[in-house]
Amino acid sequence: MPIKTEPFYLNIGPQHPSTHGVFRLRVALDGEVVVGVEPIIGYLHRGIEKLAETRTYTQTIPFTDRLDYLSSMTNNLAYCLAVEKLGGLKVPERAEYIRVIFSEIMRISSHMMAVGFFLNDLGAMMTPVLYMWREREKIMDMFEMVCGQRLLYNYMRIGGVSQNLPDDFMPAVKKFLAEMPKYIDEYDQLLAQNEILLARSKGVGILSKDTAIGIGASGPVLRASGVKWDIRKMDPYSIYERFDFEVPTGDTGDCYDRYWVRMLEIRQSVRILEQAIAQIPEKGAVCADVPQFFRPPRGEAYGYLEGPKGNIGFYIVSDGSIAPYRLHIYPPTLINITALSDMVIGWKVADLIIIFGSIDVVLGEIDR
Amino acid sequence: MTLALNGEEIGKKLAEAFPAAVVSSDKLNVLVDSKHLQPVAEYLKNTSGLEFDYLTFVTATDYLDYLEIVYRLVSLKNNHSLILKTRCHTRDNPVVPTVVNTWRAAYYQEREIFDLLGIRFEGHPDMRRLLLWEGFQGHPLRRDYL
Repeated sequence: MPIKTEPFYLNIGPQHPSTHGVFRLRVALDGEVVVGVEPIIGYLHRGIEKLAETRTYTQTIPFTDRLDYLSSMTNNLAYCLAVEKLGGLKVPERAEYIRVIFSEIMRISSHMMAVGFFLNDLGAMMTPVLYMWREREKIMDMFEMVCGQRLLYNYMRIGGVSQNLPDDFMPAVKKFLAEMPKYIDEYDQLLAQNEILLARSKGVGILSKDTAIGIGASGPVLRASGVKWDIRKMDPYSIYERFDFEVPTGDTGDCYDRYWVRMLEIRQSVRILEQAIAQIPEKGAVCADVPQFFRPPRGEAYGYLEGPKGNIGFYIVSDGSIAPYRLHIYPPTLINITALSDMVIGWKVADLIIIFGSIDVVLGEIDR
Repeated sequence: MTLALNGEEIGKKLAEAFPAAVVSSDKLNVLVDSKHLQPVAEYLKNTSGLEFDYLTFVTATDYLDYLEIVYRLVSLKNNHSLILKTRCHTRDNPVVPTVVNTWRAAYYQEREIFDLLGIRFEGHPDMRRLLLWEGFQGHPLRRDYL
C-alpha cells in the first residue's frame, strides 16, 4: 500500500524571474511532481476599464499601450478599430497600410521576445535573448523614428495614425526586411534542432485541440494545438484581405509546437511586410477628419484583431457622450492560462516553468 | 468573414425550443431570460448548423436599472458569431447561472465580473474575487461606485 503524504505548497512569485512580471503561482507538489496549480493575479491591476469611463475616446489610447506593453501597437489598433466601428468612420488608404506595417513589425518583435524568454526559461541564460534583441533593437529604432517612443507608442489614432512616416523610415524598413530572413535562418540553425531544446520541450505540456477550443484560447497557443484559426484570415480587419500569407499550425500542441509556430509566424509577417511596402500609396492623408471630442452614436461595438499573443478585443458601450459608458478589454493571455492546470499536472517543477513560458504572458494585460 | 448571425432568426429558433426563454431579439443580439440560460447555452453549442463551440468574451454592463451580461459566441466550424445577452433586475446580490460547464472560457471571466460588478454566477466552481484582494469593499465597475 503506497503511503499517502500531504502535498507541499510552493509559491512561485509574485517576484520571480520566470513569472514574466508580478504573477503568483501557488503550486501543490508531491516530491518534485506538480499535482495542482492555482494562478493568483491582480498585482498589476490599475483599473484601466474604470479610468476610461472618465476620459475622452482619444485619451484612452495611451492606456491601451500599457496593457500588453510588448505589443502596444496592436493594442492601440484594436481599440481604434472598436471606436471606428462604433462611429462608422472610414480610414484613409495610406493609414491602413501604415497600420498593417506596424502591426506586423510589432508581431515580429513580440514573438522574438516570446521565443527568447522561452529559451531563457529553458536554462539558456540570456544568450538567445540577446540574439533576439539584436534585431528587436532595429525594430525599436524604427518605432522611435516614427513616434519618438521605444516601448509605449501611442501612435494609432481614431480614424488613422498620429503622424506621417518620416523620410528615413522606408529605407530602414527595407534594409530590415532584406536582413531578416537571414537572421531567422540563423536562429533556426542554432535552435530548431537543438538537442536540449527538443528533449525539454517535445511532448511537454500538451494542450489538446478540444481543450484549446473549450477554454477559448487564441493566437499561437490555439494554432499550435492544430486549429487553423487566425482573425487576419477568418475575419479580415483593416486591409488584410489584400495580402497573401499562410497560417502555420502545430500538430500536438506541446511547448515545441508553440515555439515553432511563432518562428513560422515571423516568416509570414516578413512576407506581409514585403507586400505592404510594395503596395503602400506614396501620398495621402494618414488620419480621417475626427473631432477632438469625438461623440460616437449610442450603441455598442466590439473591435478585435489577431494580436501577437492572441485575439485582443475591446467591447465599448457608448451613451453618445465624449467618454465611453463602458469599456471592456478582452485579454487573450488571461484566457490562455485557463488550461494551465491541465498542461502542468504530472510534470516536474522545471517543466512547469517552461510550460508557463511557452504560453507567453504579459501581466499588464492579464491584470489590466 | 465571420458572419454575424441575425439575432431575430436565432431568437425564433430558440423560442421554438424553449418557449419562455427569449425575452426579445433584434438584428444584432438575442436577449434571454437568465433562468433558461444554461439550456439555451447547451442548445447553441450542440445544435447542428449553429455549433457555437468557442466563447470569446463574457462581460457585463451596469445600466443602473438593470445589469446586462453579454456573451459573444463564435463557431470555429461554421465561422459565424452571435451576441447573447441576459439581464438581472436586482442590484443587491444579483445571481445568474454559470456557463462554465458549457464553455470553460468563462471560468476567469465570470470571476472577474463577480469581482468588478458583483454578479454572482450560480454553479461556478470557484466564485471568488479575481483581480482585487479579498476584503475589498464594493464593486468598482458599477456606475454608482464613485
